[in-house]
Amino acid sequence: MTAPVDATSHLINLRTVSKEYAMGDNRIRALDDVSLTIARGEFVSVMGPSGSGKSTLMNIIGCLDTPSAGSYRLDGQDVGRLGRDELARIRNRTIGFVFQGFNLLARTSALENVALPLLYSGSRAEERYSRAREALATVGLADREHHHPNQLSGGQQQRVTIARAIVNQAPVILADEPTGNLDSATGIEIMNLFVRLNREAGITVIVVTHEREIAQYGRRLIKFRDGRIVSDAELAP
Amino acid sequence: MISPASTLTIALRALRANKMRSSLTMLGIIIGVAAVIAMLSIGAAARQRIADEINSMGSNLLIVFSGSTSSGGARMGTGTDPTISLEDVEAMLRECPSVLDAAPMHSGSAQIVYGNRNWSTGIIGTTASVLHINAWEMLHGRAFTPQDERYSAKVCLLGMTVADELFGAIDPVGRIVRIKHVPFRVLGVLKPKGQSMTGQDQDDVVYVPITTAQRKLFGGTLPGMVRFVMVKATGLHALDQAEQEIVALLRHRHRIGPGQTDDFTVRNLTQMMQIAITLANIMTILLGAIASISLLVGGIGILNLMLVSVTERTREIGIRIAVGAKTWDIRLQFIMEAMTLSLIGGLIGIVLGQAGSIGLCMAAGLPVHVSAAGIALSFGFSAAVGIFFGYYPAHKASLLNPIDALRYE
Repeated sequence: MTAPVDATSHLINLRTVSKEYAMGDNRIRALDDVSLTIARGEFVSVMGPSGSGKSTLMNIIGCLDTPSAGSYRLDGQDVGRLGRDELARIRNRTIGFVFQGFNLLARTSALENVALPLLYSGSRAEERYSRAREALATVGLADREHHHPNQLSGGQQQRVTIARAIVNQAPVILADEPTGNLDSATGIEIMNLFVRLNREAGITVIVVTHEREIAQYGRRLIKFRDGRIVSDAELAP
Repeated sequence: MISPASTLTIALRALRANKMRSSLTMLGIIIGVAAVIAMLSIGAAARQRIADEINSMGSNLLIVFSGSTSSGGARMGTGTDPTISLEDVEAMLRECPSVLDAAPMHSGSAQIVYGNRNWSTGIIGTTASVLHINAWEMLHGRAFTPQDERYSAKVCLLGMTVADELFGAIDPVGRIVRIKHVPFRVLGVLKPKGQSMTGQDQDDVVYVPITTAQRKLFGGTLPGMVRFVMVKATGLHALDQAEQEIVALLRHRHRIGPGQTDDFTVRNLTQMMQIAITLANIMTILLGAIASISLLVGGIGILNLMLVSVTERTREIGIRIAVGAKTWDIRLQFIMEAMTLSLIGGLIGIVLGQAGSIGLCMAAGLPVHVSAAGIALSFGFSAAVGIFFGYYPAHKASLLNPIDALRYE
């Protein structure tokens, strides 16, 4: 069932992870005893209906949230017990986020948006901008660095987000419905960009989607339902 | 950790994004700081004016007034009952160790005539001691000598105003003027002293020897007596001692028994000045406190703006936290925004307040006073206002949950 990878190269390792939320008097179990390993360099698609727990999984993998039970090791480090600022540092160095709604800073140039993670890792201005220019060039937006988000198309905005995700050489890209706000042609462009980053730069890509066509770009498909993994299989190329 | 320069850039960009709102909030701080600066400067100017006044009156002064008379139930005020004699003054100089100098003063008013010009002015009979006590100087000519006083010489010293009115451009020294038809030779002219604190022209006066005043001018009313005595103590700290010595001496000389009231009054000029300075200080503190309230209100404006700003920018904060901003990165960003507002407002306020106070001081005839301490204080205070009122919104922003913040619409 799981992809045949060497245990030492596991980048992401969740062991019996559960997540519970209090909702009024009810307790909602968003993740129920999930164990999952993802190796460096994988391209994983996560599918499931809304409320299946896939967003909670992404938040935990992305260190935006911590498990209620179980352990999560990211790149060999147990992140389940880390404080707020330590999690921020790990997100900054290890995770690149790509959101459905882009989440770019308004009234801020593409270049500044891409350089944002470097601002918080303490890089100096020249280094920030030269690396941000490289990242923009990688996603094919070298000529748009001074454009603000509202001057860019949806596909271009999403590419700025991807540039922001790779600017700090994070080993993992977490993409939550990255094509949800895009037309299908643009969606294909974005997915091809992920494929290229995965193949050429060896970046581990995890894409959450509910569209089967989008999920097909991955080489491994994990299906979620009611907070549990119901299937985990390699996809034919 | 983010660098302060980057934080400042972010703060300026955020403030520029809402120019109208930022400037209105800044206006609150501008008014507050300008009010504080203006009040402190004007207070300092008033204090300076009082200090100048003390120096111009001479320091370490006591005034001893003769008693008061009553006429048909109407009490006539101090100095109307001539109880102090020239012998009393000599005794003070002789027997009171804390008394450095004393000048008997006997005043009245009269018409003074030179040629076809005349002028009504105050005539004061005194001794040359009055010049030493008050640190007055001669502009032309010389002062009285003890001989002039002993022989009741018909000589006089003119104040600048009198000299101008009677002589104009002519040098008055050595000329003969008539006071109450008595001819007097002008010995000299005093240096101008300007207005007193109550607005009186201190140069509209003629000094004659005390004995001359008593025998030739006002002898009929107060023979051999003086209305008041100006006394200079040996030092500021000897003032109370000098007062006690004078009171004891006069009570003894006037045969006033225990339990009976004095037939004279001693006033301590320095005490009066100290009271005036204390009052000026209280006024400054009061005005400063009222002005500080407007600065406080300005600070609350910042607090309000920052709270609105944090709510509006929840998503931005979420993005920043998601890509790695730490608690203090977010906190610093918002504190820096609040401080930028309050410091720019503070600077404009300092300039306006200083300009306003210079204008007011010039209009009110007060010495212009630029208070460096006041400027430093206001600048520090506006920075503190920014930090104080920016901290809570900044703290709130830094503790946002990134998952919720990213979903915020």
